[in-house]
Amino acid sequence: MSDSIKFILNDSVREVSGLPPTTTILQYLRMQERLTGTKEGCAEGDCGACTVIVGELAGDKASYQAVNACIVFLPTLDGRHIITVEHLKMNPVQKAMVSCHGSQCGFCTPGFVMSLSALLHNKSDASEENIQDAIAGNLCRCTGYRPILDAARAANKAEERHLASDVKTLKTVQRQKMFAYEDAGKKFFSPRTVKELAEILALYPEATLLAGGTDVGLWVTKQHLALNTIIYTGNVVELRQIGKTPAGLEIGGAVSYARAFDALAAYDESLEELLRRLGSTQVRNLGTVGGNIANGSPIGDGMPPLIALQAKLVLRSKEGARTLPLEDFFLAYRKQDKKPGEFVEKIIVPAKPKNVLFKTYKISKRFDQDISAVCGAFALTMKGNIIESARIAYGGMAATPKRTAKTEKVLLGKKWTEETVRQAMAAMPEDFLPLSDMRASAEYRATVAANLLYRFYLETTDAKTATRVYNYAED
Amino acid sequence: MPRIKGGIGDPLPHDSAELHVTGAATYTDDILEPAGCLHAYILKSPHAHAHIKKIDTSACRIPGVHAVLTAEDIPGVNDVAPVFAGDRLFAVRTVLFAGQSVLAVAAESIELARQAAMKAVVEYEELPAILTVHEALKKKKFVGEPYVMQRGNCDSAIANASHKLSGALDIGGQNHFYLEGQIALATPLENGEMHCWSSTQHPSEVQHLIAKVLGIADHNVTVEVRRMGGGFGGKESKASLIACAASLLARKTGRPVKLRLDRDDDMIMTGNRHDLHAAYEVGFNDDGVIEGIDITHAINCGMSADLSNAIADRAMFHSDNAYYLKNARITSYRCFTNKVSNTAFRGFGGPQGMLFIEYIIDDIARALGKDPLAVRKANLYDPKGKTGKRCLTPYYMKVEDSITDKIFTQLEKSGSYAKRVKETKAFNAKNKILKKGIALTPVKFGISFTLTPLNQAGALIHVYKDGSIHLNHGGTEMGQGLYTKVAQVVADEFKVGIDRVKITATSTGKVPNTSATAASSGSDLNGKAAQAAAQTIKQRLIDFSAGHFKVKKSAVVFKKDGIHIGRKVLSLKELVQLAYANRISLSSTGFYKTPDIHWDRKAAKGRPFFYFAYGAALSEVIVDTLTGEYNILRCDILHDVGRSINPAIDIGQIEGAFVQGAGWLTSEELWWDAKGVMKTHAPSTYKIPTGRDIPKDFRVQLFDGENQEDTVYRSKAVGEPPLMLGISVFLAIKDAVASVKGRPQLNAPATPEEVLRALR
Repeated sequence: MSDSIKFILNDSVREVSGLPPTTTILQYLRMQERLTGTKEGCAEGDCGACTVIVGELAGDKASYQAVNACIVFLPTLDGRHIITVEHLKMNPVQKAMVSCHGSQCGFCTPGFVMSLSALLHNKSDASEENIQDAIAGNLCRCTGYRPILDAARAANKAEERHLASDVKTLKTVQRQKMFAYEDAGKKFFSPRTVKELAEILALYPEATLLAGGTDVGLWVTKQHLALNTIIYTGNVVELRQIGKTPAGLEIGGAVSYARAFDALAAYDESLEELLRRLGSTQVRNLGTVGGNIANGSPIGDGMPPLIALQAKLVLRSKEGARTLPLEDFFLAYRKQDKKPGEFVEKIIVPAKPKNVLFKTYKISKRFDQDISAVCGAFALTMKGNIIESARIAYGGMAATPKRTAKTEKVLLGKKWTEETVRQAMAAMPEDFLPLSDMRASAEYRATVAANLLYRFYLETTDAKTATRVYNYAED
Repeated sequence: MPRIKGGIGDPLPHDSAELHVTGAATYTDDILEPAGCLHAYILKSPHAHAHIKKIDTSACRIPGVHAVLTAEDIPGVNDVAPVFAGDRLFAVRTVLFAGQSVLAVAAESIELARQAAMKAVVEYEELPAILTVHEALKKKKFVGEPYVMQRGNCDSAIANASHKLSGALDIGGQNHFYLEGQIALATPLENGEMHCWSSTQHPSEVQHLIAKVLGIADHNVTVEVRRMGGGFGGKESKASLIACAASLLARKTGRPVKLRLDRDDDMIMTGNRHDLHAAYEVGFNDDGVIEGIDITHAINCGMSADLSNAIADRAMFHSDNAYYLKNARITSYRCFTNKVSNTAFRGFGGPQGMLFIEYIIDDIARALGKDPLAVRKANLYDPKGKTGKRCLTPYYMKVEDSITDKIFTQLEKSGSYAKRVKETKAFNAKNKILKKGIALTPVKFGISFTLTPLNQAGALIHVYKDGSIHLNHGGTEMGQGLYTKVAQVVADEFKVGIDRVKITATSTGKVPNTSATAASSGSDLNGKAAQAAAQTIKQRLIDFSAGHFKVKKSAVVFKKDGIHIGRKVLSLKELVQLAYANRISLSSTGFYKTPDIHWDRKAAKGRPFFYFAYGAALSEVIVDTLTGEYNILRCDILHDVGRSINPAIDIGQIEGAFVQGAGWLTSEELWWDAKGVMKTHAPSTYKIPTGRDIPKDFRVQLFDGENQEDTVYRSKAVGEPPLMLGISVFLAIKDAVASVKGRPQLNAPATPEEVLRALR
């Protein structure tokens, strides 16, 4: 017996069945509800035209976040509240978008309205950076953004509310047991505990594990794959925890990048910048640290810094749990050390010792919401000016996220000087044979990977030399 | 006297702004689908060049599929090309690019249509493909005859000049990336007629091509478009393929059919701005004044002519930009390649031509060790009102309205150019990793379709008995605010608030034989046509009032508080009711054709442009020499829109175009693999600017002046010209690179990778 998908759409409760589990929210809104204010611009979560706001219960409060409707499967809405542009009745963001001339063709506009409404609902005094971050996942081809930014600044000053939470109704759509949905033989399960997850995964070891869906969504919308059984981790209570233990920071396997942001950003401001540039606000609201690891992409931006920081991965199955260093998880291109029935339970990131120099950098064609050509992370454990140990990891340089054995060896036991860094840069070609593709040529990747090590050297030894074009400001 | 709401000069928001922000604006995909509507999918060629050995569609006919069509099913002509034949609706015998349409399926859902299409068995035999302009030049494969514009003797002038320089530049293409992809919804009507909602800048051409494909007369087809989610030239000729396929499927199934390309198919199938390889030889004097110049363009047209010949011409027309080229030869090769056919894109070839001459001037300045702005100034056309010897273009048009000197002077001052050049140099001397660059570049852009007959427009106005006004014209709304501006013109004529003017969807049934909304001409042409229609009705009302109330015609005046007839004042509603009762026609068409333009293409001489639009931008960037990353620190723009009909909309066009132009020359890189398959076909791989990419400090001003030509309220066209203000960003990056490298070779787009290459 299939449950129906129960959620709040704007101001009324819906119970939906008879649709494939991989129906996206966008398809549902446009085709079933004929709410056409939400637009399809790319169907891959990269343009933001389909941005909607999803609310969920968190204790006695509700949290509302902007997400891309085009890559979110409808059954993940079960127990949640979705707000579309039609629900906003000329809120301050909408008014400001009109008065500041923030729309031209208007196609991207509902998405911007939703992104900014979510931001200003969550932050009463948004900073310039907050505003830029909130719309980094929204593309506009007409205005050149200036009037949209002005509208955001104007709405930021408004007294009026942008959104209304609906905790009361949210409480009425919660479940007491695992949600199980089925349509035409295609199954969707949403376990609520690690135990339930382990059991259902043991029953369906071939199932697709779905966390944020920022990658799995594209298997459906872009590769048109048919997914027979989906197990959603987004409601598993234990996997949604973030905690600090003596072992370090523990991030549950289904914790989104948005929720892990503050804890991870505390390691270093360069990591904070990287996290802000990882996907977009909409993508980080969905995408999880665990999913980023589990999908084994060679260009997942989370991997280089986590590997450099000696993160460990805890995998669990019905049989029990095992822990391994993160870098050992990646075996070959898209091949991971993950047995059937296993899932990412948590990631443990040790606290950064005081004698470690650490930075991470991302290089892409565009600053925001781009996939790295090269992403590098550098951690040197220092004893005085001597390098005691080195952990350098890159994404985009090989078939998996990878450490630089040869380069690290050159650094060991040496003084952290210009001469040392030059020697290490010279050794780096032995570590990598990168590819050429649409993001960058092999030559550029190799050059810039070495140059990033030099940037690291400058930033850790020479505070006077400016090295960053973004956020560059005259003193 | 206070202005009426929405009169000329009122910075009104876009007419649909409230609909946009509430999600209530209806785009083609949002129109309530008629009962029984089917969805279509087009199967594309995977190969850049191949024989089609066999097409077997028997496996496609799964339940829910209503039609599977190939070239054989076309009752009329299998060609959807705008001018020269060569763009087949469905491939016949060979495919000429990876992405060419081979067949189409209509089914009860888009998923089903896609699944069915994928079941088709198409056997190909791959053939050698031409993938670069260099191969095309070698094999002499062109989509049009090579073309030359010349004046004077550049060879001897270069030979005799005290300085000579030569160089080359690769300029990349650009995808339109309108947020709304290409789409059409076709509904078959009685007796073989067809109605089609099409997201197009050119409804009349779509109408004509649907009729041609179906083998029927144009009067059987009505094409409508209320708004597009962006166009930028990409929906000028390229909307036809989608509308024709939908209409053909609708005809065959007897059902409404919607065809919406998803983002990937849209980017793969519908073409880009032309990429171009350009080479130059130039001779100049000690001041950098150009004595002779020889420019060659090899422009990548892709697999068909499409609009490429006119685009290549415009690249040549703008090879002078704001500069007098005493002895000039511009040669253009229109290269065939086995790539998607390139098409119109905001600027229509102009940006490529203009970038190249700015690049050359920059090279000259660096060769002489001079400030590039000084060399720019030394080469300008004679200013307006002081035209002497230096005013003739390489195509023999006299430039009589140049205000570049005034714009330079004003912008240099407001942007503290000299001071900031000094500061930039000082910064670069002090900083070893980061380098700054600065550039001030002008724009002079010719306004008119260079194919003279296109410079005409029609409008239709009805005044109803309640005094409300229905406005229709041949122009299309793609976000540029054309509907708003034209409504302002009509409101101002009748002296009523703009709320009394209803702007209605563009329809081939209301205004026939329209030109594309392109070449920045929308407001100039349609504004004048609507004004003419309004004036016709007004004149009838004046004539009637004068007779009816027995006053002189000159005593009938439309004012904000009503129509003054002698001592009487009537509201428009009252007057209209009276006129109706007296059987006065309250509906009129209006027509306009641009005066004083002519072009002899054979001789390459004439006055192809009614006037020029001017502007300049001063950009400052900072570049990271370790990674090639950069950031735009500040941009000051001064742009000429004549007397603005709507300054808010005009500023919106300027800012948006600048950012789009900067995007073209920086992060927007199109990339093909070795087999000629485009791999940058979605926003995950094709990077248009985001909010953080715009200048941190962005100052845009309108130049205070009016058009010396008699345009609508002395305004100037604004759609395309400001795109080329983005060139200042590219040359500022080049300036930063030059602080390390002397006279660098920096190709476009200047991605971080390209910048780092240029630095090394």
